[in-house]
Formats: sequence, structure tokens, C-alpha cells
Amino acid sequence: MRTDQLWPLTVVFVSFSLSSIGGGTSLFAPMHHQAVDIHQWITSQDFVDLFAISRAAPGPGSMLATLIGWKIDGLLGALVATLALFVPSSILVYFVARVWNRYRGRKWHSALEHGLAPIATGLISAGTLAIARVGGEGVLSWVVAVGSALILARFAVHPLFLLAAGAAIFAVMG
Amino acid sequence: MERSTPTELPAANERRVALLEIFGVFFQLGLFSFGGGLSGWVYREVVTRRNWVAEPDFMSGLALSQIMPGTNIANLSVYVGLRLRGIAGVVVALSALLSAPFAAIILLLLVYDHVSGLPRLAAAMSGITAAAMGLLLVVSARSAWRLRSDFVGIAAMVLTFVAVGVLQWPVLPVVACIAPLSIGAAWFGSRRDAH
Repeated sequence: MRTDQLWPLTVVFVSFSLSSIGGGTSLFAPMHHQAVDIHQWITSQDFVDLFAISRAAPGPGSMLATLIGWKIDGLLGALVATLALFVPSSILVYFVARVWNRYRGRKWHSALEHGLAPIATGLISAGTLAIARVGGEGVLSWVVAVGSALILARFAVHPLFLLAAGAAIFAVMG
Repeated sequence: MERSTPTELPAANERRVALLEIFGVFFQLGLFSFGGGLSGWVYREVVTRRNWVAEPDFMSGLALSQIMPGTNIANLSVYVGLRLRGIAGVVVALSALLSAPFAAIILLLLVYDHVSGLPRLAAAMSGITAAAMGLLLVVSARSAWRLRSDFVGIAAMVLTFVAVGVLQWPVLPVVACIAPLSIGAAWFGSRRDAH
């Protein structure tokens, strides 16, 4: 246990929390740099293993941080790393969203809302591509994705059913 | 937990949503959010099924979540939680979202050395990711359809997609260039409608 490392751990992940624009995937390279090269909390091989685990587990990919924390100081380290990564950015969003809600109903507010909506749609589509690049398996991924979309649009199925079907298809064919 | 006729609620959020209900939705989302990209599921639960938040409101929250630092899905949970129940909603939504993955990822680490089936598990996760991509495609299609007669909106959507998705340019500068044009068009468009 390296409890003396909890403070540097906090500093590293708080700064990631406040600088990680564009989702968790942009974080992996700097995380590797900090955890392996600079602080030597884990080895490069550890990092690869932890990355594989985080890919197989539920939750945002950036929960790789939780595992790095665990390697440093068990449950306490895992808690500290997770809170350091998620709380600062959430507080920031909280205050911005509060200001945003306060001016609801104003003309400029609805102009902002309607102006941002198509950009959000573009970002979602871009995010779909990014996910396909990182976690996708080529043609089969797209077949399952388009198939799920068509089923969802047409029938009232629970998404869980589609996620399970996707998992089964890949476990058999992948 | 099925809600009856939510579509008849006028502006959404007229009804006080129980914290337990918020916890239930976000716990489920966290538990099954493999491979990222479950914003599509949040949309389905929060907008389509429950009408907790109106569509344009949700989309602006989504844009905010993507522009701000932090994980998109966590930011979105903060936004929706705040919208529904203020600070209590934020705390409940965020902790519900993260608690199951926190336990699951540590459990997986503990058994990691003893399992040989991890590659197969990883393959299954890719399948879940692919199906989650399908959820996102539905959101894109729905919002694109809503924009069908709004040429500036379509242009803003396509430009954003090409710049961030295809060319992989960083989100912030791209949004900083496109947003003023899109917002300006919405401003003048709404003024024209008012007259």
C-alpha cells in the first residue's frame, strides 16, 4: 500500500477531470504517461492489462482510473481516483447547467438551444464513428449496429435485449 | 416502473420525479454501459419513454456535456439530475451511474488472473458496443429528421460530423466555429417567425 501516493494521484486525476474534453478516449495516452513514466505507479504491462479489464467491464472507459487507484492503495486508492476523475468535471457542469437553466424561456436561450441541437446531433454521429474506431470490429459491428437501430425504430424492444443479442453474436463469431 | 401516457405532459418536468426512480434509471444505465456510447439509451429513457426532459432541452444538455470536460455520460447525468431534482438529483444520478461499474471493474480485476475467457468476454463486449452504436444511430436519425426543413441546421449537423467524426478534429474549436453561425441562424429564424 502506498498511501503517500494518494495526494499525487488526486492531483493527476483532478487535472485530467478538468482537461478531458471530447470524452474518455482522449485520456488514455496522458494516463499512461503519468501512471507509468512519471509516477511509476504501474508498469507498462500492467497498463495494458488494466486497459483490457476496463474494456470488458461496464462503465465509462475512463474508469481505468479506478483500477490504477486500486493498484496504488486498494479500495481507498480506487475511491480516491474515481472521485478525483468524476467530481471536479461534474461540479463544473453543475454550475454551468444551473446558469443555463436560470435563463430558460429567454429568447437568446431558445436560440442557443435550437442552435446547439444540430451540433449535438453531429457530435453524436461523430461519437458513433469514434466508438467504432476504438471498440469496433469492422463490418460485423456496423451490421449489428444498423440492425439494432432498425429493430429499435420499428419495435418496442428493451435495449438490453439488443445488447445481449449483440454480445451473443460476437461471442460466437468474433 | 412503466409510466403511463407521458407524451401528454406539456413541457415535461411538471411532475416531481422520485429520487428512487432517478436512481433506478441511472443505476441500470451504469450497469449496462459497456464500451461507452450509451447517450442513446439515456435519450430513450429520459426523453422517449418518460418525457422527463423535452427533446430540445435534452439535446442542448447533450451538447453541453460534450463541450465541457469530463465523461459525456457522467456530464449528461449531472444535467438530467439537476433538471429533475436539483442538487439531490445530481448526487443521486451520478452515484447511481458510477456505483455498479465501480464494483464490477474491481471484481473483474480481482478475478483477472484466474480467468482465461477474457478474450471471449472482450469479444462479447464488442458486440454490446455495436448494439449501443445502434442506439446512437436512432438518436441521430430522429434528430436529423426533426431538422429536415431547417437547411442551416442540417449544414451545422453535417459540418460537425465531418470535422469531428471523419477528420477527427478536436471538438472545442470545431464547435466554437460552427455554433455562432447555427445559433445566429436560430436567433434570426425565430425573430422572423415572431413577426
